[in-house]
Amino acid sequence: MIEVENLTKQFGSKRAVDHLTFTVRKGEVLGFLGPNGAGKSTTMRMITGFIPPSSGDARVCGISVIDDPTAAKTRIGYLPESAPLYNDMTVTGFLRFCAEVRGIRGKERNEAVERAIETCFLGQVALQSIDTLSKGYRHRTCLAQALLHDPEVLVLDEPTDGLDPNQKHEVRQLIKRLGATKAILFSTHILEEVEAACSRAVIVDRGRIVADGTPSELLEQSGTGSLNDLFRRVTTRDTEAAA
Amino acid sequence: MTSLTIYKRELGSYFSQPTAYAIIVIFLALSMGLAFSFGNFMRIGDASLEWSFFFWHPWIYMLLAPAVGMKLWADEQRNGTIELLGTFPLSTWSAIVGKFLAAATVWLAALVLTFPIVLTVNYLGDPDNGAILSGYLGSFLVCCTFLAITMLVSACTRDQVVCLIVSVALCVTMVLCGYDDFTRELGKAVSPAVVNAVTSIGVWEHFRSLNRGLFRLQDMVWFTSAIVVCLLGTSAILSAKRA
Repeated sequence: MIEVENLTKQFGSKRAVDHLTFTVRKGEVLGFLGPNGAGKSTTMRMITGFIPPSSGDARVCGISVIDDPTAAKTRIGYLPESAPLYNDMTVTGFLRFCAEVRGIRGKERNEAVERAIETCFLGQVALQSIDTLSKGYRHRTCLAQALLHDPEVLVLDEPTDGLDPNQKHEVRQLIKRLGATKAILFSTHILEEVEAACSRAVIVDRGRIVADGTPSELLEQSGTGSLNDLFRRVTTRDTEAAA
Repeated sequence: MTSLTIYKRELGSYFSQPTAYAIIVIFLALSMGLAFSFGNFMRIGDASLEWSFFFWHPWIYMLLAPAVGMKLWADEQRNGTIELLGTFPLSTWSAIVGKFLAAATVWLAALVLTFPIVLTVNYLGDPDNGAILSGYLGSFLVCCTFLAITMLVSACTRDQVVCLIVSVALCVTMVLCGYDDFTRELGKAVSPAVVNAVTSIGVWEHFRSLNRGLFRLQDMVWFTSAIVVCLLGTSAILSAKRA
């Protein structure tokens, strides 16, 4: 469902993403791990068509994001890293706007918005202005936006970042549930999440894949039975990278 | 269709916050105040609005039009919502058109609300209402040109204050170039060819003929091309920034 082939992004002299190749199939939740600055967000931005790759291609449901970005974008739900929202709107108003931009109108739109509000537990704040929301609600509002059109592919950039433990648990359960019928790519720093929600995980470092496998395979690779150890072994610390 | 959705959101954002009301009230106060004080509306004894009323509009727009347009892209870039827009299945162009029309609508509302002065001249004298309508058209086109320039600048920066200052500087230049007193002084210093070149970027020549009730194709072409060039430039800058 997501096929990434030799995806590369060059920013000036810095190669943020270096010939990355992986696939995410339907019914699979792929955890995307790596230190800050490893190229996770850049990869996601290229898959969702926000920035063009320097070379290589990404296909979503067989549609290339380079050849037909608009068609590819209709298949993707995307949660950007900082969960950006229009602060001057209400939660319902914002979701209605997002649905309309995606061509969902009239009765269908209201149903889609209601469904998304229910899925993301936003009922309590549905009519509240977005600038009054707490971080957890902001995050979930942006997640709701990604689910409106019931996309086949979900790309979630740090969906649990800044949430409290209860909210983290809910979001993980949600990802797991949605993963049964969709292809999900999500990035995270929290290694326990891999075991809790992913069917497979890759670790990227400096734009390249350095480890790939199911959570149990990765645990085996670590030798010590701790993902933390594996992560620290295969990735570069930013203090070393600078040297 | 997506342009319409963007248009509705932007317009909603102008009117759900104090921006539009503040601009409209200040515009009405300034335009009426100037017409009745320096414009000598009562003493001049002329039932046209050319000198007493429309003359002041470019001077007001050069300061106020950027205040309406400055947030259009600067805000999206600061809040990161540009990442949402960029991953929705819509073209940059339809977002640009929607946003531009929303800002223009705010100004159209402000202009429409100056109607009492039209009623007043009709009550006091026997004006040429065709010329007044043409004056309104000229005034609106000057405003739209300034809005388009502001939009271009706002695509370049994420800082609204920088956008405001730079756009005001550009608009002031366009008002001063081609203003009679300024070109006369300039003529003493440089050759006529330079004066002509400077005058051609000014708005007065085109505004004045419309203001006199003279509808010339060349003025339409000038205003339209200025607006279209700025909007195309906006599109180019936004795509260049993402690459």
